[in-house]
Amino acid sequence: MTNKTYDAGVKDYRQLYWEPDYVPKETDLLACFKIVAQEGVPQEEAAAAVAAESSTGTWTTVWTDLLTDMEYYKGRAYRIEPVPGDDTAFYAFVAYPIDLFEEGSVVNVITSIAGNVFGFKAIRSLRLEDIRFPVAYVLGCGGPPNGMQVERDIMNKYGRPMLGCTIKPKLGLSAKNYGRAVYECLRGGLDFTKDDENVNSQPFMRWRQRFDFVSEAVHQAEAETGERKGHYLNVTAPTVEDMFERAEYAKAKGMRIIMHDYLTGGFSANTSLANWCRKNGMLLHIHRALHAVLDRNPYHGIHFRVLTKMLRLSGGDHLHSGTVVGKLEGDREATLGWISLMRDSFTKEDRSRGIFFDQDWGHMPGLFPVASGGIHVWHMPALTAIFGDDAVFQFGGGTLGHPWGNAAGATANRVALEACVEARNAGRAVEREGKEILTKAAEHSPELKIAMETWKEIKFDFDIVDKLS
Amino acid sequence: MSDVQNYYSRMNDPKSVKYETFSYLPAFTDAQVNAQIKRIVDKGWNPCIEHVEPERAHINYWYMWKLPMFGERDVKKVLKEIEVCKKANPNDHIRLVGYDNKAQSQGLSFVVHRAI
Repeated sequence: MTNKTYDAGVKDYRQLYWEPDYVPKETDLLACFKIVAQEGVPQEEAAAAVAAESSTGTWTTVWTDLLTDMEYYKGRAYRIEPVPGDDTAFYAFVAYPIDLFEEGSVVNVITSIAGNVFGFKAIRSLRLEDIRFPVAYVLGCGGPPNGMQVERDIMNKYGRPMLGCTIKPKLGLSAKNYGRAVYECLRGGLDFTKDDENVNSQPFMRWRQRFDFVSEAVHQAEAETGERKGHYLNVTAPTVEDMFERAEYAKAKGMRIIMHDYLTGGFSANTSLANWCRKNGMLLHIHRALHAVLDRNPYHGIHFRVLTKMLRLSGGDHLHSGTVVGKLEGDREATLGWISLMRDSFTKEDRSRGIFFDQDWGHMPGLFPVASGGIHVWHMPALTAIFGDDAVFQFGGGTLGHPWGNAAGATANRVALEACVEARNAGRAVEREGKEILTKAAEHSPELKIAMETWKEIKFDFDIVDKLS
Repeated sequence: MSDVQNYYSRMNDPKSVKYETFSYLPAFTDAQVNAQIKRIVDKGWNPCIEHVEPERAHINYWYMWKLPMFGERDVKKVLKEIEVCKKANPNDHIRLVGYDNKAQSQGLSFVVHRAI
């Protein structure tokens, strides 16, 4: 008994892959794409083509289609929506059965959904806006090695955001001079310092010497201040074997946290490193070099909220989120959307924040968003208001550029942060009263006073390229 | 260079030691402590008082003063209990914790009294 016969040739995708009546299952993986179709291609056909090419389909019918149950395995485009204020593009929603993806493999998901389809001729451009991972899939992934609650206990930091600083110049310091910069920041009151993303193991500073001098700096600053400190030792390496060798050495040196670049290093390496961190009680800071290549163009690529979800599943305890207020791109509402995806156990669909689907994370821990890039003491009130306590604020130039040096710069930031948190807890509108709060705090802190004088004129008010419509 | 101020911090000076949140601000007045207790209470967190000898301040587990004040909503009572603890342990640092049972963490924790 068969109800289908083989009919060779090219068929419209929409005959098989466009199902407007389909009701997505709880176990389906759902994706929202922004599509600009080639001229003359109907929206349903373009949406169906995307669903087909990212799941079971190819350009022509093949006889082996009939050896399986395509109705069960195929992805389906089930909804089309206009993009508000833009008649060149539309949103297409696609449902994929969970069977299409290997358990616990963000590699497999991204290979399928953001694979060949992005070069497909029938569409002019394609952007993966959001993915809804069914909770059954989420819990098959390792997720953050520790999560926010565990990190607070390890670091002994409660009731406030944490403070960090990326050591500059990014490249060219010797290991010993680099350790000096770390020590000065940490003794001045920062919680963390950070290797820049491109600090790996160059001829001017090999990784082993950096780890040696930095660990002395961390231990010395802890002894001096009585507080717990960390330096994100970047273990991103040319091979996975090198990466693990560096991670093991950081642990042997008594360090609490290491760092990885998850996009350039790759999802397989990142997931393995996250698993290693979970086994070894190490915190994992994640940098996102390459993200703007993928996520900045509003018509083509992968939105950062998808990259955020991928990282939470692959594993990391910190992830850079943008600052809203600093030198790098980031719309406020959109940023609030993806920091919810990092921290919360459930994120509700909210188009005003660019969230297309409810996302249930089950019992998977959340991770800290990291606000870094062009921020200084004057941004502290806004950062406190935008991010709340569960975040890391990183002041690179805003610490190292202090006229009295790193330690004073660190103190200025710490005083500003604590003043803002104290004021917020006392019920004050921190963002509106920011100037008053900082000015009052500076009466007791010459370090903050001179920082405020140094940076007061700096503003970053370029227009944002990728605005929510 | 004469304009550059030296950063003062010494291993042998107990005043250089810090105690995490709010330890870079001047010591709080009663009114300031009050406001922070009110925050703890308003958030539905449970206030808890802890103390320790200054030389052992780096450890996780300070002595717990009685039990966390579960369900306590009266800011004045918490403030009074801090005074009782201070009198009983005049040489100790005292810290106030707001236990957040939903987050299984401490919503706030800061040293309300430094012995040295």
